[in-house]
Amino acid sequence: MKFDSVAELKLYKEKLKPENCNVRTIWVCGGPGCAANGSLELLELFNSIISKKANDTKNNFWQNIKASLMPEHEKNTNGFKTGLTGCMGPCEHGPVIYIEPEGWYYQNVSPDDAEMILRTLSNGEVYEKTLPKDITGKPVLVPTEKNIPFLAGQRKIILGRMKNTSPLDLDGYIKHGGYSALIKALEDIPPEVVCSMITDSGLRGRGGGGFPTGRKWEACRKSSAKKRYVLVNGDEGDPGAFMDRALMEGDPYSVLEGLTIGGYAIGSDTGIIYVRHEYPLAVVNLKNAINKLYEAGLLGENILGTGFSFNAEICQGGGAFVCGESTALMASVEGRPGIPRVKYIRSTEKGIWDSPTVLNNVETWANVPVIINNGVEWYKNIGTEKSPGTKVFALVGKVMNTGLVEIPMGLTLRQMIYDIGGGIAKKRPFKAVQTGGPSGGCLPESMLDTPVDFDSLDSAGSMMGSGGMIVMDDRTCMVEVARYFIDFLAEESCGKCTPCREGLKKMQVLLHDLTNGKGKEGDTAALKELAEAVSDTALCALGQSSANPVLSTIKYFPKEYEEHEKEHFCRAGVCSEMFDYQIIPDKCRSCGLCEKKCPADAVSKLESGKFEIILDKCIKCGICIEACPFASIEAVKEAAHNG
Amino acid sequence: MGEIDLIAGILHGYPQNPRYLLAILLDIQEQEKYLSKSAMHMTAEYLGVPDSRVYAVATFYSTLSLKKKGRVIVRVCMGTACHLRGSASALSEFERLLGIKNKGTTDDGKYTLETVNCVGACALAPVITTEQKTFTRVMPSGVADLLAGEELL
Repeated sequence: MKFDSVAELKLYKEKLKPENCNVRTIWVCGGPGCAANGSLELLELFNSIISKKANDTKNNFWQNIKASLMPEHEKNTNGFKTGLTGCMGPCEHGPVIYIEPEGWYYQNVSPDDAEMILRTLSNGEVYEKTLPKDITGKPVLVPTEKNIPFLAGQRKIILGRMKNTSPLDLDGYIKHGGYSALIKALEDIPPEVVCSMITDSGLRGRGGGGFPTGRKWEACRKSSAKKRYVLVNGDEGDPGAFMDRALMEGDPYSVLEGLTIGGYAIGSDTGIIYVRHEYPLAVVNLKNAINKLYEAGLLGENILGTGFSFNAEICQGGGAFVCGESTALMASVEGRPGIPRVKYIRSTEKGIWDSPTVLNNVETWANVPVIINNGVEWYKNIGTEKSPGTKVFALVGKVMNTGLVEIPMGLTLRQMIYDIGGGIAKKRPFKAVQTGGPSGGCLPESMLDTPVDFDSLDSAGSMMGSGGMIVMDDRTCMVEVARYFIDFLAEESCGKCTPCREGLKKMQVLLHDLTNGKGKEGDTAALKELAEAVSDTALCALGQSSANPVLSTIKYFPKEYEEHEKEHFCRAGVCSEMFDYQIIPDKCRSCGLCEKKCPADAVSKLESGKFEIILDKCIKCGICIEACPFASIEAVKEAAHNG
Repeated sequence: MGEIDLIAGILHGYPQNPRYLLAILLDIQEQEKYLSKSAMHMTAEYLGVPDSRVYAVATFYSTLSLKKKGRVIVRVCMGTACHLRGSASALSEFERLLGIKNKGTTDDGKYTLETVNCVGACALAPVITTEQKTFTRVMPSGVADLLAGEELL
């Protein structure tokens, strides 16, 4: 199908309208989490049951379903269709499925459930075993979006399609509102007005910096150069983040539509999508989408007969974190080592191959069609005044409901972690939440009412970053977390400027000493001084922000640094050789699980019936802590140091 | 197919423009599991760039390697979520059982052990991946079974 004019595409859209083709469909989540949990096999199973039963003329039950449910034009589907989507979000409870038109979600679906799901569904009943749970742990009776706590608090203007659209299928994208924004722009909105709409919407870069997107576009548009480029930054390197992966894999057309509109707005005919090497499926799905768009005439020369031409291609990274930095990314696209340059000249004047370039994050691009479709006023009503719209987060770590989450800006951290995330896993106490990846910081409990928007997180000493949100409980050592991030950054430093290359190495030495029980008086102070020097003097944004994990943990968890430095004690029980485990007699309920689970035979029963850890035998593996249902085992100062 | 034909085949799939240097090297890496001296030299000649530029790119990106890697590359995720849920212990268990260190290759050329900074499946941490498969919630105690069952191959 090739569209030669706007009218043709409009007609086609009309035909695809949901009400014109509504078959009961079982959508299986194909996100990385669910796929790893066997969702692809589950989809095949659904398909084979459906096709096998469809041909079984002796089976009255299935013939009845056929008669009752099957719309006339879908005779071969036996009343059920299936499809594979992008990430639906509740990754912790995968595989997840979504059923249309009921709008039901089932989770933890195992192959054994498949047939019963089809049977109950044909009777119009829910299948109890796979129902999601509410906050109290009871199954939700009607498993629709608004009844499931994890989904109810979200607002999915970007991820919305990723429950009932196949990422491979252009028709599906068009059916659910796709390409209406491009039609609108090409027909009614002059390029400079598109630019000013993006400016007026207040859209800010979703990759972390939060720079106003419209300002970038307008600066690039004003340039006198003929050749301009639009780029997608899909080099999602922050550990603990998978939002862009989910979008590129799950809804690639939305990114490409946004990019095309961007090209139209700033006067560029070339878009390049830079994708991280670690995301092979994103590359496959984007390539498929690009091919289909060329076939449909939605990429290429003279799009929809309007005279506007636009080409898009993919460029793969090579596994370097620093390539997420804009100038390094451009160097990498040019086929050179991804080393940042000093930004005396902005990329919007001289970017890739010295041409004016607009580089935006994957999620930023996906926001563009939403703004064009719904208008500036609608968009500004979502989120806060200075940070309009929504933000996609990867909610991970020690939280009950991990997964992919989209919230309106301005929700508090507490709402995200407790209302959507369901609180801390295993009911342990909350300690910190880390946002912004290695460039961000750790915020303590006292900051939980901070609203999630660019400026509030910045002033709290963390940052929005690209959207990783990592929850930590009392079994997380904050000094060790700082060590982890500095290890990561020291390894990934490109080595061009001294503060980042050498400063991170020195911080690494100090942090390794502190976490290995070799801390000396003054180490924390030296660490803080170094961190401040690095953030003042490093060349690129990644270097400047690399001290944040250290500075924020020192600011909010000074006591832990003090204990590591002066007492060689790790209260979280993480830094080995810096604590002993002890069973607190008052809390022990004599269940004996610790004794059963201990691999070193280091737990013994006392006369009182309670248990005790034999320190000489204990290997500090932490298995007893995980096993104890009463949280009666704690890390205490080492006996050797006390005596 | 000999190495020279294979490299030539890859090269001719790309225009003679230095911007494709990284893309070409990634393709060679995938096929050959490493970048040989001759492959890098052929690439330099084809694109009309000095050998030094090819070497600079080959040694900058962590996906590219000058040493031959194993048939299966076991990547243990060291992302934050995996780290918090104990991926370091899974890594040391791999190191112990395979008798190699991180970035090493077993003598039989079967496995290369690597770490990766987040594969984007954080909700199911700790995660390990091979080129084909993903394994989730990998606890140190499960590593021996993964290797014994040759599930990674």
